[in-house]
Amino acid sequence: MFVLVEMVDTVRIPPWNFQSKLNEAISEELNKKLANKVVYNVGLCICLYDITKLEDSYIFPGDGASHTKVHFRYVVFHPFLDEILVGKIKYCSQEGVHVTMDFFDDILIPPESLQQPAKFDEAEQVWLWEYETDEGAHDLYMDQGEEIRFRVADELFVDTSPTGPATAAKETPAQPGQSTAPPAEERGEKKEPPYTLIGTICEPGLGLLSWWNS
Amino acid sequence: MEVKNANAAMLSNYEVFKLLTDLKEKRKDSGRNKHSVGQQNLNTITYETLKHLSNTPCSRQSPEIVKEFLTTMMPHKLTKAEKLQLLNHRPQTAVEIQLMVEESEERLSEEQIEELIQTVSDILPGDPEQQNVAPAEAEMDEGGEQS
Repeated sequence: MFVLVEMVDTVRIPPWNFQSKLNEAISEELNKKLANKVVYNVGLCICLYDITKLEDSYIFPGDGASHTKVHFRYVVFHPFLDEILVGKIKYCSQEGVHVTMDFFDDILIPPESLQQPAKFDEAEQVWLWEYETDEGAHDLYMDQGEEIRFRVADELFVDTSPTGPATAAKETPAQPGQSTAPPAEERGEKKEPPYTLIGTICEPGLGLLSWWNS
Repeated sequence: MEVKNANAAMLSNYEVFKLLTDLKEKRKDSGRNKHSVGQQNLNTITYETLKHLSNTPCSRQSPEIVKEFLTTMMPHKLTKAEKLQLLNHRPQTAVEIQLMVEESEERLSEEQIEELIQTVSDILPGDPEQQNVAPAEAEMDEGGEQS
């Protein structure tokens, strides 16, 4: 579930922090910069593990702060492919079952990866598993808050760094009769999570914990 | 910022749990600056991760237990990822072991799977609430018969 990532960065310590020990000031700055943030293609950063190397600190003209190049290791949440994880069901929608792990929320189990046959109950907005036994079909509901065991099928990293102003769209001259609906507004409303996990529960042993506890 | 190695090492849930608990203790003592705007992210992620991990078997582990577990696991020839999953999840049924160990039908016989479940149950501490339920029910049965 968690990995150690080796990184290098230049940390700026402002003069009003010069009274604290360098290591503590640097740890604080690194945690301020990275904790609870997603680094593209790396994962969700949790906290600083240790500082492996500190290079010399420099002060540049025009800025009273010190700049130090730091080599450090950070604890990152980055489950490997096919890893088994346990989370709680946040809610169900047409897109599938949304699972949360308290510190990480963007986990989706799409309908085709649910235990088959699966059906979406529109009235209660919940997915259920139509489990066949000799006695007949049981409907096993996937209710909110239930603990669920799933396998990591895929991961999606989206680069959410700010893009420049929309140049191409604005430069094409408006054709008569065509509405120039600003695309920027649509893009602004639809925010993609920077890191999403796609899960599957299509195997014996996966799904709600209560299904498999004898 | 540069990422030198995105996969330098794998950490068990217990190591992260211990790291965050120690961090929380240290920051409790420092007092003043942990509520500043910049530290809010660290507080949130620490709180949420500890909340999640305290409901898992790793909260009852210790470095000695982890070492004993890994030593006992050596003869079974499991990969690092498989041993890590067994350590983090503490499976108690054959179905769970089959999920975590790849191609378990070919690599492990039924006896070996039973042996794995037994080792995991013995070395890794379980949930005391779950373990107390079974003997409590036995006591209630005896009480009913006596009266």
